[in-house]
Amino acid sequence: MTDVTRLSAAELADALAAGEVSSVEATQAHLDRIAAVDGDVHAFLHVSADDALATARDVDARRAAGEQLHALAGVPVAVKDVVVTKGMPTTAGSKILEGWVPPYDATLVERLRAAGLPILGKTNMDEFAMGSSTEHSAFGNTKNPWDLDRIPGGSGGGSAAAVAAFEAPLAIGTDTGGSIRQPGAVTGTVGVKPTYGGVSRYGLIAMASSLDQAGPVTRTVLDAALLHEVIGGHDPHDSTSIPEPLPALVEAARQGAGQDLSGVRVGVVRELTGEGYQPGVQARFDESLELLRGMGAEIVEVSCPSFEYALAAYYLIMPSEASSNLAKFDGMRFGLRVEPAEGPVTAERVMAATRGAGFGDEVKRRIILGTYALSAGYYDAYYGSAQKVRTLIQRDFAASFAQADVLVSPTAPTTAFRFGEKLDDPLAMYLNDVATIPANLAGVPGISVPNGLSDDKLPVGFQILAPAKADDRLYRVGAALEAALEKQWGGPLLAQAPELG
Amino acid sequence: MSTISRDEVARVAALARIDLRPDEVDRLAGELDVIVDAIARVSEVATPDVPATSHPLPMTNVFREDVPVPGLPVDDVMAGAPASEDGRFLVPQILGEE
Repeated sequence: MTDVTRLSAAELADALAAGEVSSVEATQAHLDRIAAVDGDVHAFLHVSADDALATARDVDARRAAGEQLHALAGVPVAVKDVVVTKGMPTTAGSKILEGWVPPYDATLVERLRAAGLPILGKTNMDEFAMGSSTEHSAFGNTKNPWDLDRIPGGSGGGSAAAVAAFEAPLAIGTDTGGSIRQPGAVTGTVGVKPTYGGVSRYGLIAMASSLDQAGPVTRTVLDAALLHEVIGGHDPHDSTSIPEPLPALVEAARQGAGQDLSGVRVGVVRELTGEGYQPGVQARFDESLELLRGMGAEIVEVSCPSFEYALAAYYLIMPSEASSNLAKFDGMRFGLRVEPAEGPVTAERVMAATRGAGFGDEVKRRIILGTYALSAGYYDAYYGSAQKVRTLIQRDFAASFAQADVLVSPTAPTTAFRFGEKLDDPLAMYLNDVATIPANLAGVPGISVPNGLSDDKLPVGFQILAPAKADDRLYRVGAALEAALEKQWGGPLLAQAPELG
Repeated sequence: MSTISRDEVARVAALARIDLRPDEVDRLAGELDVIVDAIARVSEVATPDVPATSHPLPMTNVFREDVPVPGLPVDDVMAGAPASEDGRFLVPQILGEE
């Protein structure tokens, strides 16, 4: 038997169904891999071996009894630590929640459990998902498996690194401004931000409620579609959840793998190429466009002039919503409580002492920014103006999708940078998200597909965007590109990654 | 030159209920200028004729039947509380503050 940790989730699912391997064996193999390499990678904040093996044993027993199981039953998954898990510690990368064990499961976790996916543990992230490098975690850096001196992207660096390092075949991420797609790009993995409302936000520790969206982190496009279909769909616990059923995502991925894109119009966003993009990133992007053209796609150029205001609008809307959402961390009902060093111990002083001690620098920064933007006299000028830019960006998308079925760009302007390189320059850090943020502001879905190595031998990602509720297009075009690239490479990109351990 | 003063940062931190050390106030006073730049940028195009969008997809309010459903078990909830007593959150003094 080959090393099961190297199989894609779809391959592992087939091996489980054929009885070639048990879920207990597959889960244990991943736990062993975590034990072997996670000391170096630090993708996990918590490993839930007992919980995962219990699920695996249950799935094996039900399979042996002839029960009809979900296609992914028995395939293990890792979950970003911003998603609450009953009986399993959940910190969102923050000291203020250290040791907290949630009393309920997020809807997407319930769905993972119902489908029989063993949960390997919780992955590292920037504190409350605020960052693009995972350096803002209160519990240490996650390393990029391609080069342990470099960042794995963020905020979901742990989920991307876990999948890239073969510690898990599947993981869950969340994406507020690019936190699934940018880590995917810099670790050579696949990441999907579904349409806003496509996956329930119930049980996600919110950063910016009008932008946050959970989605799959995987090594193949088909695996992402399989996982997306498990976690997606309507949830009455989330009033922003889309009531209609998901499009046929797995079917679209299988269709795309046939490498026929005849009649598909691919729009290159003029404002998201060229200047500011590393030459190797741009070169791989141009080559991928030629591959799409070779499969029959028609390449057109579209212009989205308002995208240049997206970053500024995002940095008004996101902190405003975050400052409001994070008010719940007050030391009264859950998590850390710190009493003031001197003076009377009143509730208000305990709240301020707790938040001063429990939040890290970037979280304090964004709460202060958001509180300022929302404070009396500023609300209309700040939050209100940013919401107008949101309208303009939606109009740009609407006009572009009239000319093209999908829009494309590089996912991130550069490959993974070294630790500390951008930590003291928040603006440089934010520029990582320049290509991913417009999708969050407009609610449209996006995927990042690994499309090669830059001149520095580090992975690069290709972003595909589709209209709201047309997530299937991401999977069709993404799977086609992946198949064409792997034919050139003679295998997956991750086969070129250095061995760990 | 920062346009947001130390005093302003301290005032906003008090609104946000976050104790900041003096060095944190100094650093944030410099960094908050980013928001002034952001607003200047956004104002270039956020003209009165453009409607605001609060939400990515058009939404209407969601209603459900007013049927009671069980909440979380009290003991499970209190297990995560910093302090509790008799199934209730135990909090510091909230009355009599100035």
